[in-house]
Amino acid sequence: MPARRGAGSPGAAAAFAGLAAPWIALALLFTVLPMIFASGSALTMLSLMGIMIVFALSYNMLLGETGLLSFGHAVYYGLGGFLTVHAMNTVIHDHLPVPLPLMPLVGGFGGLLFGIIFGSVSTRRAGTAFAMISLGLGELVASSSLILRGFFGGEEGVTTNRTKLLRVFGLNFAPQIEVYYLIAAWCLLAMLAMYALRRTPFGRMCNAVRENAERAQFVGYNPTMVRFMAFSLAGLFAGVAGALAAINFELINSASVGAEQSGQVLLAAYIGGVGNFIGPVIGAVLVTWLRVMLSDLTDVWQLYFGLLFIGVVVFAPNGIAGLVMRHEPLWQARAYGSLLRLALAYLIALGPALLLLAGLIVVIEMSYHLSVKASEGPTISVFHLTLNTTSVWPWLGTAVLVVGGYLLFRRTWPIVDAAWNNALVAAQGAGKAK
Amino acid sequence: MQELVTISTLNGVLYGMLLFLMASGLTLIFSMMGVLNFAHASFYMLGAFFGFQIGQIVGFWPAFVIAPVLVGGIGALVERYALRHVHRHGPVAELLFTFGLAFIIEELVQMVWGKGPADYRVPASLDYPAFTIFSTNYPAYKMFELLTAVAIFVVLFVVLKRTRIGLIIQASITHAPMVAMLGHNVPRVFMLVFGVGTGLAAVAGVIAGPALVTQSNMAAALGPILFVVVVVGGLGSLAGAFVASLLIGLVQTFAVSVNLSVADVLGGIGVAPPTGGALFDVWNVTVAEIAPIMPYLLLVLILILRPTGLMGTREH
Repeated sequence: MPARRGAGSPGAAAAFAGLAAPWIALALLFTVLPMIFASGSALTMLSLMGIMIVFALSYNMLLGETGLLSFGHAVYYGLGGFLTVHAMNTVIHDHLPVPLPLMPLVGGFGGLLFGIIFGSVSTRRAGTAFAMISLGLGELVASSSLILRGFFGGEEGVTTNRTKLLRVFGLNFAPQIEVYYLIAAWCLLAMLAMYALRRTPFGRMCNAVRENAERAQFVGYNPTMVRFMAFSLAGLFAGVAGALAAINFELINSASVGAEQSGQVLLAAYIGGVGNFIGPVIGAVLVTWLRVMLSDLTDVWQLYFGLLFIGVVVFAPNGIAGLVMRHEPLWQARAYGSLLRLALAYLIALGPALLLLAGLIVVIEMSYHLSVKASEGPTISVFHLTLNTTSVWPWLGTAVLVVGGYLLFRRTWPIVDAAWNNALVAAQGAGKAK
Repeated sequence: MQELVTISTLNGVLYGMLLFLMASGLTLIFSMMGVLNFAHASFYMLGAFFGFQIGQIVGFWPAFVIAPVLVGGIGALVERYALRHVHRHGPVAELLFTFGLAFIIEELVQMVWGKGPADYRVPASLDYPAFTIFSTNYPAYKMFELLTAVAIFVVLFVVLKRTRIGLIIQASITHAPMVAMLGHNVPRVFMLVFGVGTGLAAVAGVIAGPALVTQSNMAAALGPILFVVVVVGGLGSLAGAFVASLLIGLVQTFAVSVNLSVADVLGGIGVAPPTGGALFDVWNVTVAEIAPIMPYLLLVLILILRPTGLMGTREH
C-alpha cells in the first residue's frame, strides 16, 4: 500500500488522476457512442442499455454486495416510474418551473420511499425466505395495479409528454438523441454513486453481512439494519432507472412492476456476473442487445434466454465478468506468452462448440416449427438454409452436427486444461521472479 | 347463507388440499436438500399437460397413473444430473437454477402446446353431480379430487412414519452425513425424494387440470401462492404447510363470495367516501376483488407478527 501523502503533493494528484481516469474515459465513451451508431434504432437501443445498466447495478447492490436474492426488484423500478409520470403530469398541468432533467430525482425518491416501506417487512428474514417474500410482495404490487386504477391507470397504464416541461438550454427532449444524453448523464451519475457507495464502510459492512452475518453481529453491526439500508438504497437507484424508462417511453404500465421485469433484471445482472461492479454493466448491455436482436430472428428467443441463463448458472456461476476476472492473475503477472497460448486453445475449442450450438439451434427451431407452426408449411429458413422439417434428412444432419460437435468439443477440453495449467505455472513463475 | 358457507367450505378445503399436495413435496425437498424448488409449480403444469396428452391417447385413468410417474422420473433425472452439479456452487446458484428451469419448462410447454388452453376435460365416468346440498349440485369430480388428495396424504404419512424407507428419509432430513456413514445411499434417497415430490405436484396437476384451466401460465399463476404457503407455514415444517394451505384455501374461497367494501362498512356508520384521487379506489374496492391478492396480504401480516411463519423454527 502506498504511504499517505499530503493533499497538495504531486503524488496525490497522480493518484486522483488514476482514480478519475476510467470515469472520464467512460464519460467520453458515452458522448462519442451516438456518433458511431447514429441510426434511430441504435439510439433507442443505447438508451435502453443505459436504463438497464442503472437497474442492473441497483440489483447488484442487493445480490452481489449484500447477498440478498430478490425476485421482486421491479416493484421499485415500476413504482419510481409511476411516481415520475404522475409528477410530470402535475408539472405540465400546473405549469410548474421544473425541467425534465430533474425528474429522475422523483423516481429515486419514490424508489427510496417504497424501499423503506417494503424493506421494513422484507428484510426481517434473509436467504431463501427473503427471496420468497420478495416474490410475494412483487405479486402483491403487480396484482394491486389492476385494483388501484387511479394510480396505476388500469391495463393501459399512464402516459405523459416529456416535451412539455420547462425548457433548459433550448432543449425540449423531443428527439431521441437528447433523451439519450439525458439517460447517459444520469447513468454515469448513478454508476459513480453506486461505485462510491461500495467503497464506503457501509458498503464493506454489506459485504461482511453477505459473507457471514453472525460474525458481523459479533463485530457490532445489526445485519437486519444493514440489509434494510442496502435494500432501501437499491430501491432508490431502481426508482431512478424506472424514471428514466418512463421519460424514454412516455408511458408506464403494470408490466413494469411485474414478475417478468424482475426476472429480466435478475437475468441481466447474473449473466454479467454479480461478484464484480462491471458484471451487471456487461450483462445489461448483452441482455438488451440480445432481446432486440433475437426477437427479430426467432419466435422462441425466450427459450434461448432461459438456456443461456441455465448455462451460466451451471457452468459459470460468476457470470461473464467472473470468467474474465479468472484471467486477472495471469494479466497481473504479465505472463503474456502463456496468455496468448491460452487464447489459442480457447479458439481451438470454440470451433466444435459453435458446431454443437448450431446443431442445437436448428433442432429447437425445427421442433418449434413442427409443433406450433405446422400449418404454415413444412419448410423453415435457418442460417440462410431452407430446410424441410417433415423430411428425415435435416434431422439426421442435425443429429450428426450435435453428436459430432459434442464429441469434438470434448476432445478439445484437455488442450484447454493443459494451456490453463501452463499459464498458471508461468504466472506463478513470473510472480516469483519479480 | 348456509348454502354459501357449506359450499365455500368444501371448495376451500379442496383448494387447500391441492395446495398442500404441492406444498408437501416442496417442503420435503427443502427440508432434505436445502433447496427451494422454484420449478415445483412447473412440474405441476407438466403433470397437467402430460395427463392431457396421454389421456388423449389412452384415456383419463391410465394417464392418471402414467403422467405423475413420468414427471417424477423427469424430476429425478433433473436432480441426479443437474441439481447435484449446481449444489457445489452454493444455495443461491441452486435457487437460480430451479428458477431458470421453471422459465425453460414454461417456454417448452408453450412451444409444444401453444399459448392457449388445452381441452382437458373431466372424464365421462366422473361427470355427474355427486350430491345435492341446499339445491346446489356438487360435482362428483370434486369429490374425487378430495378423496385422491386425502388418500395420498394417508399413504405419505404411512410411508414416512411406518416404513423403513420412511425412517431413512426422516433421518436423512436432519442427519444426512450420519445416515451415509451408516451405509445408506443418501444421494439415491435425495433423488427418490425429489422424484416423489415432483410426482406429487404432477398428481395435483393431473387432477386439477380438468377443473381449473390447463394453460401454459398455470405455473406462473400458482407458483407465488405456493411459496407464500410455505413461508406462512414456516419453511421446512410439514404441519405448518398443511395449516397454511388450508388457511389460504379457505380465505381465498370465502373472500370471493364477500361483496363488501370499505365504503359499505364505513358508510354504514356514516363516514362519507372520498370522491376522487387515489383513496377512492381503496375505499370502493370490494373484498371479492382483492381475493386474488389475499394470500400476499396474509404473507405481509405474518411477516409483521411472526416472521418465522406459523410453525417455523428459528432461522438456521
